[in-house]
Amino acid sequence: MPNALPFKRLPTNKAEWVTVYIEGQPVKVRQGDSAAAAVLAAGLQPSRTTVVSGSGRAPYCLMGVCFECLLQIDGVENVQGCMTPAREGMQIMSQKQARQLNNSKPSDLKPTDLKNSHIKNEDTAV
Amino acid sequence: MTQFSTDSQRRTDVCVLGGGIVGLAVALGLQRNGLSVTILDEGDIALRASRGNFGLVWVQGKGDTLPEYAAISRLSAKLWANHALRLKEATGIDIQLQQRGGLFLCLSEQELSQRHAMLTRMQKTAAGDYPFKTLDLQQLREFIPEAGPEVAGATWGPEDGHLNPLFYLRAMTEQFLQRGGTIDNSGKVSKIEPTDSGFTLSSDSGQWHGDQIVLAAGLGNRDLAPHVGLSAPLVPNRGQVLICERVKPFLNYPTGHVRQTNEGTLQLGDSKEDVGFDSGTTSDIIAKIAHRASQMFPLLRDVRLIRAWGALRVMTPDGYPLYEASQQYPGAYLVTCHSGVTLGALHEGPIADWIANDRTELPLEVFNAKRFTL
Repeated sequence: MPNALPFKRLPTNKAEWVTVYIEGQPVKVRQGDSAAAAVLAAGLQPSRTTVVSGSGRAPYCLMGVCFECLLQIDGVENVQGCMTPAREGMQIMSQKQARQLNNSKPSDLKPTDLKNSHIKNEDTAV
Repeated sequence: MTQFSTDSQRRTDVCVLGGGIVGLAVALGLQRNGLSVTILDEGDIALRASRGNFGLVWVQGKGDTLPEYAAISRLSAKLWANHALRLKEATGIDIQLQQRGGLFLCLSEQELSQRHAMLTRMQKTAAGDYPFKTLDLQQLREFIPEAGPEVAGATWGPEDGHLNPLFYLRAMTEQFLQRGGTIDNSGKVSKIEPTDSGFTLSSDSGQWHGDQIVLAAGLGNRDLAPHVGLSAPLVPNRGQVLICERVKPFLNYPTGHVRQTNEGTLQLGDSKEDVGFDSGTTSDIIAKIAHRASQMFPLLRDVRLIRAWGALRVMTPDGYPLYEASQQYPGAYLVTCHSGVTLGALHEGPIADWIANDRTELPLEVFNAKRFTL
């Protein structure tokens, strides 16, 4: 993937190189780069399309506030790329409009599954 | 939105105190009656229930102990389509009103049967003219296939709906200004003095004179009402609201606890707490709201929360509105309620007409504050 954007690496960053896959293509980034930095460096534009109009967007604030950097990372939709450190082998795809919630036949779920999910919710949501 | 005026312009037919959805709706209806209207709004330091509410246009179950409240809520729901259409025509803003019916999900058989009994009583009181259905889980899934196995069922109200309350507030503000209205949001009104020809109101920004005044300041009415011989025994009741990421639409009907906006945002709510004037959020209530919503719709169990807020409902001791004209100082009116969205079309319509013409067909005597002192 061409490096179409004018981003230059600081020579002081001596972290290890890792390979991530952006839209299936291998891209080398430094350990500690965020997934949002990876898509910027790789020139993936747009990196998402908006829910309402489908217009293109790219990472913007890079500090977890604006939600413009939403990506599909390792199969999970709507992940904030700027809050997600790149890892060796990470699969990064653009986020196309709205996330589809996983409707895994709720009728098959047992109340105990929900109790467990409640504990997870509390840990993450609060 | 602040408009500054010179002293010579500070006269108006009607001063409306409060620039939230209640004050704006009444103000628009007064303008429709040919009156010049000024809105005095406290500013962003105010409690701002209109910015924090859930956005339901809700009828089912409202007024179970006061048929007149059920009647005006239903009347407002019927007037809503026209209200929204006129705002769209004037401002181009689509407030996303949908009135395809609404569902109230119950997590236990006991809750469902109590609700069924309540709505059946209301139907009897209304001589049969009160549409609703009680659904078991299987019937509910015809409306929302994603309803979870812990749901006992739901009640269905065909007259219920929802809208985007922030677009509503904005559309009304724009139409009010288009029609030449003035919004002065430079401070709280600290004094109301009845004069020979109306009322003089004092705030930090100076004085305004109105031939008539309407108190529509939410919880602020507590302090304002006694200035004009009225009483507004209001108490704050906190609701916390959770906002989730935007996801593909699956919820085609609003529910009492969860709704999905046109943009896909999920909004979870309906906590009720008596915590005074604290409009903050707490992790225990956020967890309870999230847990209940994921019991109702298990596919929400891994949805991301984006933010949460608290807002204070404007509640009377019995939960019903106050619509009252001052006997002591004719020309002063009190309009306050907790369901400013549902009652919005009523406020722009028959309530504003009552204030403009000093007569009404509405059964407003039951919404007098005297009911709390009998």
